[in-house]
Amino acid sequence: MSRTHVTCTVNGDPVDFLASDDTSLLNALRGELGLTGAKEGCGTGDCGACSVLIDGRLNCSCLVFAPEAEGSDIVTVEGIADDDHLHPLQQAFLEGAALQCGICTPGVLIAAKALLDANPDPTETEIRYALAGNLCRCTGYDKIIRSVQEAAVRLKGAAR
Amino acid sequence: MTVAADPPAYKWVGTRPIRHDGYEKVIGKARFAADLDLPGQLHAAYLRSPHGHARIVSIDTTTAAGMPGVKAVVTGADFPDLDPTDPNFDVSVNVMARGTVLYNGHALAAVAATTRAEAAAAAAAIQVEYELLPVVLTLDESTADGAPLVNEHNVTKFVESDGPSNLATVNVLERGDVDAAFATADLVVEREFDTAHVHQGYIEPHACVVDVGPNGKADVWASSQGHFMVRSLTAATLGWEPSRIKVTPAEIGGGFGGKTTIYLEPVAARLSEMSGRPVKLVMTREEVLRATGPAPASKSRVKIAASNDGELTAIECWFGYSVGCTNDFAGLIGAMSVASYKFPNLKLEAVGMLTNTPKTAAYRAPSAPQAAFAIESVIDELAQSLDMDPIGLRLRNAVEEGDPTAMGMPHPRIGFIECLEALRDSDHYRSPVPDGAARGVGTGFWFNIGEQSSATVNLNEDGTATVITGSPDIGGSRASMALMAAEELGIDVYRITPTVADTESVGFTDVTEGSRATFSTGMAVVNACRDLIEELRARAATILGVEQDAVTWVDGAAVADGQDPLPLSAIAARAKSTGGPLTVTASLNAAGAGPSFAVHCCDLTVDEETGQVAILRYTAVQDAGTAIHPSYVEGQLQGGTVQGIGWALNEEYVFDDDGSLENASFLDYRIPVASDLPMIDTIIVEVPNPAHPYGVRGVGETGIVPPLATIANAVARATSTRMTSLPMSPPKILAALDTP
Amino acid sequence: MRYAAPTTVDEARSLLAEHPGSRVFAGATDLIPQIRAGRPAPPVLVDLKRIDQLMTVLHEDGQWRIGAATPTSNLTRNRDFTAMFPGLSEAVGLIGSDQIQNRSSLGGNLANASPAADSVPAMIANAVQAVIASGDGTRTVPVAEIATGPGQTSLADGEFIVEFTVADPPSNTSDAYLRMIPRTEMDIAIVGAAVRLTVDGDIVTDATVVLGAVAPTAVTVPEAGAALVGAAIDAGSIDGSAMDTLADAASAACDPIDDKRGTVAYRRQVAGVMARRAAAIAVGRAQNGV
Repeated sequence: MSRTHVTCTVNGDPVDFLASDDTSLLNALRGELGLTGAKEGCGTGDCGACSVLIDGRLNCSCLVFAPEAEGSDIVTVEGIADDDHLHPLQQAFLEGAALQCGICTPGVLIAAKALLDANPDPTETEIRYALAGNLCRCTGYDKIIRSVQEAAVRLKGAAR
Repeated sequence: MTVAADPPAYKWVGTRPIRHDGYEKVIGKARFAADLDLPGQLHAAYLRSPHGHARIVSIDTTTAAGMPGVKAVVTGADFPDLDPTDPNFDVSVNVMARGTVLYNGHALAAVAATTRAEAAAAAAAIQVEYELLPVVLTLDESTADGAPLVNEHNVTKFVESDGPSNLATVNVLERGDVDAAFATADLVVEREFDTAHVHQGYIEPHACVVDVGPNGKADVWASSQGHFMVRSLTAATLGWEPSRIKVTPAEIGGGFGGKTTIYLEPVAARLSEMSGRPVKLVMTREEVLRATGPAPASKSRVKIAASNDGELTAIECWFGYSVGCTNDFAGLIGAMSVASYKFPNLKLEAVGMLTNTPKTAAYRAPSAPQAAFAIESVIDELAQSLDMDPIGLRLRNAVEEGDPTAMGMPHPRIGFIECLEALRDSDHYRSPVPDGAARGVGTGFWFNIGEQSSATVNLNEDGTATVITGSPDIGGSRASMALMAAEELGIDVYRITPTVADTESVGFTDVTEGSRATFSTGMAVVNACRDLIEELRARAATILGVEQDAVTWVDGAAVADGQDPLPLSAIAARAKSTGGPLTVTASLNAAGAGPSFAVHCCDLTVDEETGQVAILRYTAVQDAGTAIHPSYVEGQLQGGTVQGIGWALNEEYVFDDDGSLENASFLDYRIPVASDLPMIDTIIVEVPNPAHPYGVRGVGETGIVPPLATIANAVARATSTRMTSLPMSPPKILAALDTP
Repeated sequence: MRYAAPTTVDEARSLLAEHPGSRVFAGATDLIPQIRAGRPAPPVLVDLKRIDQLMTVLHEDGQWRIGAATPTSNLTRNRDFTAMFPGLSEAVGLIGSDQIQNRSSLGGNLANASPAADSVPAMIANAVQAVIASGDGTRTVPVAEIATGPGQTSLADGEFIVEFTVADPPSNTSDAYLRMIPRTEMDIAIVGAAVRLTVDGDIVTDATVVLGAVAPTAVTVPEAGAALVGAAIDAGSIDGSAMDTLADAASAACDPIDDKRGTVAYRRQVAGVMARRAAAIAVGRAQNGV
């Protein structure tokens, strides 16, 4: 198996690692970089638990070969809070009880961030379709959707 | 919203603090089992049967053992053979096949290697010679005369049997005279129903890391619904004493009953023992769907008699469940407990049959949803025939305190009528049905259980308290424990640190099942706190120079006449000089679990050209006893409801003729996605359980029981076609609509 | 297995020529699950996303050129493209989740040759052409000629799709794509139907109907299109008998299979429904200039 030296930015920090050419970005993040926030729920892009932002765009990191990350800017759930403050989505999820077991939470937060970055004022339907690629089996989605709505309100307030 | 007759005034119980373990979970730092890596760790992979039923003539691991990176190989020969009457026999055989593979996907060897890819390649290189045996996939095939034997070691339970058969269990209940009642009834409705295998669908695949040290002692990190369960089943499968194993609970990424058993840990332990290295074993999603979990498929016949004024006079039911390839499914009790109505005449038979399909596992109120689907569908049809309101018919016949359960003993204080009334009076039910839509109602019941729990409370020198239990937090239970402790001790909930400890750091605690954690483990926490308060009063008496009887505990402080209140923190700070560390342990085998009833309502449309159902509005009402943390009670109701919606509409196992699962992925095993659903409104009814200090009933399971019939009843009213087969997928609905 | 990321078409050609059996990929949304499911890994994985031409969407001289590896979300976000081809845009907007659409590409969706590929009926209905790197040069063929069966294409070893071209639609012309899935998202189409039509006042003057997931490849149904040509439009609705003929023709053209996702009977019946509904949407767009 060939290996490739990959240099990229993860959560604002320059990093480099050596990745087997057939391994996924998810495996590299979790294994080489120790960032275990993104989870593998399926490995086939069907559950969204491995969601990360690559150059600002939402991706399943299980469907990306690690060498593809060369030169890219990656954000994982570990990177969305400021030094001192949780991201408004994280805070709203805590207050709104939007997580039960928590395994899908990192991916849902990233997908919700991708949505709100692009569309600060989504409708409930838009939120539901934007999160359709993120399976949650605990919550029935209700409190997740409400918490994204709440975070959107807070983000708009902060931007004003 | 919450409906309670006369709620007690609690300071902490019933509030909604941010859960104590939430921060780690939103920043990605919570440790699930697959997140752990140990130095020198190997990765393991399985070889699984490609056949639905076959004798293993030979297994040759020579080539695999010599492949790059391979450090150890195990087969069934590396595990002791338990006697078929041993209670752990079925788990042991499912962990690793002995002599015969019983389903497509059955594990029959595993390899540990330096990388996962090497382990998988070596597992694939193991050579197996099979002698194919006949495959029995369905209930009908299993019950047919002369049916091939699914499992030659089957020991039928609850009835006499002469030698092995496909019959797993039979339960029969009878009271009154159903034949006479049917003969004289004004109205009788009889229907047959069937449901498919469904999976719990937790997003976290099973995972563990096991390190067996040179002293032979095993350290296990695992995701489960009970680490003491992992310890005992792992020990039984290995032939070890349980104390040789220490299990540390990782965070659990969903279980719903499916993680009340084990698959991986004995395999990883043996591989670790043989290689001398830690071994990590993680299932793929395909493995999870092929070889863990499913709830049984079912068939049923239900016949109910009613009088013209809506009295239900008799019920006769037959329920058949295909319990998979082994016989340790205890959940048929669920079929016994669906009698939520005062049937004076009752005859129930529930039968479990073996099939060459994966060993089934518990799934939220096991076996109750299938039974309630049938019974609640027939009740709805009776309501339609009698032209009665579906809630009115149920209220007319609902059980209350003192009425006999299906098993005969009287119901304790229960809240079924309160739930029916809460839905009847709800905004949803009083609103008109939207144009083009139809409304369905259904109910559900689950009896819940108690079992053994332990708790330790350590008062720290800074006046905070650590509450240590042995129940994994599968959806907010740390917060519930902290709330009850805060209420008892009278300190802020964030001054409590709720902790789930390993098997060597807390007393024995049974697996989290039967909605028991907040009930039983919560009761252990309350008992420990009350013992701690006794001790605090004694210490305060010493400090204040009064008799202990003169000291009362009020709002987190010791109070004695004529003295300033002595807060808990002040007593904690003087622990050393007043008698030493303040630590208390309580344990119990809890009795008095409170049955929980639920009533659901759904508005939906059916696209009669495609068969597609769209759910417009859904309300779940449930008696929680007392909601300790209402947000997580609502979450249980909402989560159970949506799993039930998936069961009703699209989830099913699709097997080919050899028992190979054709839809072993989240792409084709279709659990609901966010865009399939509306908000799930909840109404928490609080009829306190008198057996719990705060009135807690379990809430985890009942929510999955009503949706199957609730949706079928709405579809029946939308289309004038009664769907008796689940899932009600678009092709099945369209086919039913086209059948005159 | 080795990963390679050429930056020119010629570099990619050389890699494929030097390493027989290698595979090109863009989003890998089908490739990675296939490898996980046990399909043999190719000797070299050729990532096409570093080649500018394959990642570019251009509108010039009355024609769109769409790089074959461009994420489909670049099309759904492109307002000009979506205004001109709302049906093709909505088709690519149905390929999996947002996560998938940031990776999936027209080239991959076509070359994977799934009978259920959502973009393919809509591309065929719009007469999209595929420009294929072949030998030292290129050849251009209609999209309809690429897939030859499930997982099978007319692409020779070493060939790969570079870009797609499609002419601006004539005036009063629009399209629509609908599919049937059991959930609302994240499923593979049981039936897909693309309709493109042109109107002249209250008469349909041209129509193309293409179905997906009902045969080994996407199928154009000339009888269904013909049923619409000449049909009257009354208050935005196409004449009912023409629509019935269209639906019957669509159902009759199906050559489906029973599988885990749907039955033969279901696919036949719903193909007519989807085609009729897509036509109803397309005619509204064509009349209203949307």
